[in-house]
Amino acid sequence: MMFLLTIDWAFFLEKLILIAIVITLSLVIAMYATYAERKIAAFMQDRIGPNRAGPFGILQPLADGMKLFFKEEIIPNHSNRFLFIMGPALAMLTAMMTCAVIPWGNKVELFGRSIPLQIADINIGILYIFAVVSLGVYGIMIGGWASNNKFSLLAAMRGASQVISYELAMGISLIALLMLTGSLSLKTIVEQQMQAGHFWNIAYQPLGFLIFFICAMAECNRAPFDLPEAENELNMGYHQEYSSMKLGFYLFAEYINMFISSAVIVTLFFGGYDMPFVNETLLTPNMAALVGVIAFFAKIFIFIFIFMWIRWTLPRFRYDQLMNLGWKGLILLALANMLITAAIILYRM
Amino acid sequence: MEALTKNVMEVDRRPMNFWEKIYLPAILKGMTITFRHMFKKKPTVQYPEKTRYFSPVFRGMHILNRDEEGRERCTACGLCAVACPAEAITMEAAERKPDEAHLYREEKYAARYEINMLRCIFCGLCEEACPKDAIYLSQTVTPADYARKNFIYTKNDLLIPDPVKDPEGFAKAKGIHQ
Ligand code: SF4
Ligand code: SF4
Repeated sequence: MMFLLTIDWAFFLEKLILIAIVITLSLVIAMYATYAERKIAAFMQDRIGPNRAGPFGILQPLADGMKLFFKEEIIPNHSNRFLFIMGPALAMLTAMMTCAVIPWGNKVELFGRSIPLQIADINIGILYIFAVVSLGVYGIMIGGWASNNKFSLLAAMRGASQVISYELAMGISLIALLMLTGSLSLKTIVEQQMQAGHFWNIAYQPLGFLIFFICAMAECNRAPFDLPEAENELNMGYHQEYSSMKLGFYLFAEYINMFISSAVIVTLFFGGYDMPFVNETLLTPNMAALVGVIAFFAKIFIFIFIFMWIRWTLPRFRYDQLMNLGWKGLILLALANMLITAAIILYRM
Repeated sequence: MEALTKNVMEVDRRPMNFWEKIYLPAILKGMTITFRHMFKKKPTVQYPEKTRYFSPVFRGMHILNRDEEGRERCTACGLCAVACPAEAITMEAAERKPDEAHLYREEKYAARYEINMLRCIFCGLCEEACPKDAIYLSQTVTPADYARKNFIYTKNDLLIPDPVKDPEGFAKAKGIHQ
């Protein structure tokens, strides 16, 4: 009885520190993702981009954040105050919550303890991510609804229908992957990819990856799927009525989402914290963890770059094109991919 | 219908074929284009540190000219105001006192000379009209301001520095083309 009641304080502390690090890191990365976005956009358009705040403009995100903090906070008096505040809070919350199950690296040995670099290794990691990400659209919906503005409402509806249509294809494309891995735990999936003689999952599921990637882009509301915030037709969409840091939260949540999506894609299809051509078992655990974390973040940054690259290349889809692509294209493709994978697995058994 | 110019291109309205329908080849093509642009030379001029070269005939802010001895050249004849299509110039003439011969070149001078820079269209007709070489459009860009009334430039704003007392400022205000 006594044994059950003792709390492992070290365990508690270790998780708390890990959570703090991961949250700070996601925030900083999201902050600098805005800077990267502006720079990449500028370079692709033959411009230079922000370069006045600090050397090469690296203090620009701080200046932007400050500006948002000092902006007047406007809450329209015909809106539901509670929901109005809840919208951006929810968007931010769900964006941050997904970090919990992502394995950032292997174990590190510190103070005689073996600390896994993952906040929670739950055996349904992927399902958890799906659940939280699909909650994310409530941020858009509630914000759009509470604004009491027809453009925001339209944007919220668009966001909801877009997420529903693409989540389906995303789920089905994942089922094919899960049939291969046989596990829903992200940690197990990464460890499988790290085994000798086993390639990254992209080699087995190229089509699945493509579908997943497109759907991830749609879930993040990034161009070419940024219909909920279509500037030229909906006038910024669901965050039209927002100002100050509440607007900042919405904008920020998008970047965190992008970061987390990249992390999930890397975990599922690109070997997670597996450094290619390096056999991690030969290194000391701490070295291996360090190499792993670096590899993981390098891969994430490549994906963030690809997200931005696509955004500054492609124009926005028309609404009917979006729906056609989702329902008539991706879902069918994902189903075919799932059936073929299943057939091959059965044949090989 | 007959085409009006040779640059007419027929829009291809055939239904999309398979490769066009799956979008991906076109997307990849677009992405290579944007990627190439990342490494192109940027035409940006870093403004406050560097300024762009103005052509010698650039028509910028006006200056009221002085002669070699530093006397104002304008004789308030009003020809510039007449020539001005935007009616931006106002002046008041005054007669030169005997002890002011070192200040004004002609016997009659402009006691008040104002140009409304918000009306001015920088056409340079005042410069062409002036019989006394008194007004020029320099190569300086008219600076921005917060209040409308600050855009009515008086003699203080327009007069060029004295070539005797301040030869450097004079040369600078005159620019390179005169
Ligand atoms: S530049 Fe043209 S518009 Fe301006 S003051 Fe001279 S004549 Fe008038
Ligand atoms: S600037 Fe020239 S044209 Fe105008 S009033 Fe003076 S002398 Fe005459």
